[in-house]
Amino acid sequence: MLLRHTSTDVAERNALTVNPAKTCQPIGAMYAALGIHGCLPHSHGSQGCCSYHRSTLTRHYKEPVMAATSSFTEGASVFGGQANLLKAIETIFSVYKPEVIAVHSTCLSETIGDDLNQIVQKARDDGKVPEGKKVIFASTPSYVGSHVTGYANMVQGIIRGLVERHAEPTGKLNIIPGWCEPADMAEIKRIALAMGADVTMFPDTSNVMNAPMTGKHEFYPRGGATLEELSRAGDAAYTIGLGKFTAGPGAEMMDKNFSTPHSLQDLPYGLAATDRYIMALKRVTGGDVPEELNTERGRLLDMMTDMHQYLHGKRVAIFGDPDLLVPLTEFLRDLDMRPVQVISGTPGKAFAKRMKELFEGRNAQVNIKNGQGADMFLLHQWMKNEPVDLLIGNSYGKYIARDEDTSFLRMGFPILDRVGHSYFPYVGYTGAMRLLEKMLGLFMDRQDRDAPEERFELAM
Amino acid sequence: MSTSSSLPFEEFRGEIAKAYPSKVGKKRMKSMIQATPREPREIQANVRTVPGIISQRGCTYAGCKGVVLGPTRDIVNITHGPIGCGFYSWLTRRNQTRPETPESENYMTYCFSTDMQDEHIVFGGETRLKEAIQEAYDLFHPKAIAVFSTCPVGLIGDDVHAVAREMKAKFGDCNVFGFSCEGYKGVSQSAGHHIANNQIFKHVVGTEDEAPEGEFRVNLLGEYNIGGDAFEIEELFEACGITLVSTFSGNSTVSHFARAHHADLNLVMCHRSINYLAEMMETKYGIPWMKVNFIGAAATAKALRKVGEYFGDEALKAKIEKVVAGKLTETQEYAAEVRKRTQGKTAMLFVGGSRAHHYQELFKELGMKTIAAGYEFGHRDDYEGRTVIPDITIDADTRNIEELKVERDPELYRERKTEAELEALKAKGLEIADYEGMIPDMDPEAFVIDDVSHYELEKLMEHYKPDLICAGIKEKYAVQKWGVPLKQLHNYDYGGPYAAFGGARNFYEEIDRMVGSKLWDMVTPPWLRPLEPRPVEIV
Repeated sequence: MLLRHTSTDVAERNALTVNPAKTCQPIGAMYAALGIHGCLPHSHGSQGCCSYHRSTLTRHYKEPVMAATSSFTEGASVFGGQANLLKAIETIFSVYKPEVIAVHSTCLSETIGDDLNQIVQKARDDGKVPEGKKVIFASTPSYVGSHVTGYANMVQGIIRGLVERHAEPTGKLNIIPGWCEPADMAEIKRIALAMGADVTMFPDTSNVMNAPMTGKHEFYPRGGATLEELSRAGDAAYTIGLGKFTAGPGAEMMDKNFSTPHSLQDLPYGLAATDRYIMALKRVTGGDVPEELNTERGRLLDMMTDMHQYLHGKRVAIFGDPDLLVPLTEFLRDLDMRPVQVISGTPGKAFAKRMKELFEGRNAQVNIKNGQGADMFLLHQWMKNEPVDLLIGNSYGKYIARDEDTSFLRMGFPILDRVGHSYFPYVGYTGAMRLLEKMLGLFMDRQDRDAPEERFELAM
Repeated sequence: MSTSSSLPFEEFRGEIAKAYPSKVGKKRMKSMIQATPREPREIQANVRTVPGIISQRGCTYAGCKGVVLGPTRDIVNITHGPIGCGFYSWLTRRNQTRPETPESENYMTYCFSTDMQDEHIVFGGETRLKEAIQEAYDLFHPKAIAVFSTCPVGLIGDDVHAVAREMKAKFGDCNVFGFSCEGYKGVSQSAGHHIANNQIFKHVVGTEDEAPEGEFRVNLLGEYNIGGDAFEIEELFEACGITLVSTFSGNSTVSHFARAHHADLNLVMCHRSINYLAEMMETKYGIPWMKVNFIGAAATAKALRKVGEYFGDEALKAKIEKVVAGKLTETQEYAAEVRKRTQGKTAMLFVGGSRAHHYQELFKELGMKTIAAGYEFGHRDDYEGRTVIPDITIDADTRNIEELKVERDPELYRERKTEAELEALKAKGLEIADYEGMIPDMDPEAFVIDDVSHYELEKLMEHYKPDLICAGIKEKYAVQKWGVPLKQLHNYDYGGPYAAFGGARNFYEEIDRMVGSKLWDMVTPPWLRPLEPRPVEIV
């Protein structure tokens, strides 16, 4: 057994996290920054942070992830990191020539109290930021929140540093997608465009984290929200944020700073969440829902009804991030599946509340835990006590799945051992069909594997 | 490439220097030399990376927890800090391990962390650490618990060593020890290796009396069982009748370490990460150390023969010859077959603290030329050989890393070889307490670049168009976008093993695949290719 020391006895733990269902803020900030065209993320801390984040994102995307670091040494840690960051800004603009540097802090620079605002201002005052170039920043201490929080914080850093309000309204719609894959972002945008919206989307990692092979490494790939678009985003008519945890604070900031009214929806995983997204778009555009989206919805529902017998009653354990877990659990619930165990390492009472609401008035027994103590070790123990048919989560779930001989669907971050997530969306109606296809494949393969010979079915 | 027909080295270096701010450019120039042995030149290494440069390097924590301690299966490794460090070093290095039985301890699939929150940063994290150690002990009752400090721990002043001592005394049956391996110490992973060496030496080596049986007892240092390398070497030793007491640290247990002082020879693979332990064990226990390399078929044969020579036993030598005779020829025949396709191709290696050197052996066996190489976290001695050690300037970053004062152990010290015997062995070509470094093995024209930046790597590709690059995950996909295959030599691209004879064969096969594939030629779609003349219509 790979996890041979995981027992069925669930003991109270206060201080020890075992097999975390989260990671730290800065990687989320780095990922969000990659969704700005011409942006070089910069990690203000020791080299290891940047190296770990780049490695993890690269393993997940199988794409180059360019980012720089302040390369703290002991001296910088004692005397402050200002000199390092100033040097870094100068070096980066000289060698890597980005349009914008997106600095995020780390536990190291936060603990010593480096003030990014002050240092970046000094860099500007000292003439280290060339004309027309930008340096934005976000405070992302690793000892607060999780990678999810880091994404949200960098989204706010983008708004603070790059979004402006001019006199003339553009009538455009801002979309702030929560943390999802580049393919998901592209699909979110496609749906909005199909609804007739004129969209500015940020961050937008499509065509950045799924760039084509062309025989040339584009240091700043084609995709990402441009500085020009962003500078006009404050003049937009409306902002839709998708995902309370990762997009919520940014959407609210747009409202507060630029008086752009906003609506906050779930990331559109599954039928109901996609319906809500389209209704939100419809409220903005006022137009009809085009036939193409109606057809996609109908196809999804067709597949759901046709395959209901294979999904009904299936017990599912899920771990991951709130903005994925909420709509995903809702979709499973709507399919008459039984999401019975849900874990997120990301803290926040809003999550547990939303999850409980999903099952209100339903006779469902669901174990939900997030934040402190909610780790994959606990989830595994739950699964040992009450086995499930399917486990959904990031690649680390494969160790549990193998030990327990449970079907396993990879969703979330990071996925280190499969490809596809960056190319094919899970959001929207067609994305939900892909999710269904994957789940059905797992259940049916298992039925084929385990069926006695006389009950081995040709047609299913 | 041929350096003669393309951009000369000095011009290349000049172009690079110009791209940086002038001070940075001047500094980088010192880390780039040509191997030319006729003109001994100093390479700048193990110095701070300039902030803002996109470097391959990681941190001290990564070198300590990830590299050196990561491969030992029965220690509960608790990361004391916010969640990220533990998360990123969880199973990502591909250290394989084979527990003795299905019940034997193996914590390598687990990630343990104190997941520090802001209140611990403000009020201190020692209480939480104690509690976490207690919880780990109650849950698993392991033989050993190790604590790894992350950046904030040092800054807020948590004394992980005091906590470890207290908990060790409290448990009585569990060795608890800490590592002050905060990420900001030193200039790269290298500092973490040193810290790991110190603490294993202080807290583990020599703590178990039971001597393993066997006539020719060795330890293998600096082999981390990435992709199963250690298994290949273990098998080879067994076939030769060499007893492996402990590997530091591939496929190891804490008991292996504890008994390592019973070995009569330390074999050093990765000089950079483990030479400290070799030296300290020599001083304290009298175990001589010797640099070896099991990467490459010829190198493997050579390494085994050196072991035979060291022990000077005819039966052992005969057994080694028998093993070598069977495997070497067979492996070399396969290399000759592959060489038909790889001969004359070029490679660049930017990796590690020894792999950029060791893997040149394999490329030589394939008739490939290494045109540029460098380490990510090497020191000058890894390039120029240990003779330069007295000349290496000790800067503040190095001074921050503790140098243990080691003395001869009054009871456990045992002289294995007299000075004269060791001198005689050296005269026979054994690298006893010595390492000649990478440069003497390189083509005089080849470039040597320490801590290569991403900018420099892309410039090297542009000017010298190598057929293959060896580096890590962060470089892999950028290089491959240029249409050049990249072989990861940290984690072996999910392949391996590449050590010893079987591993060499795997590597030949892999390189054959990589440099021979026509996939890379498909970049240009037909509509962008030059028009082919229309076929003449026959009327």
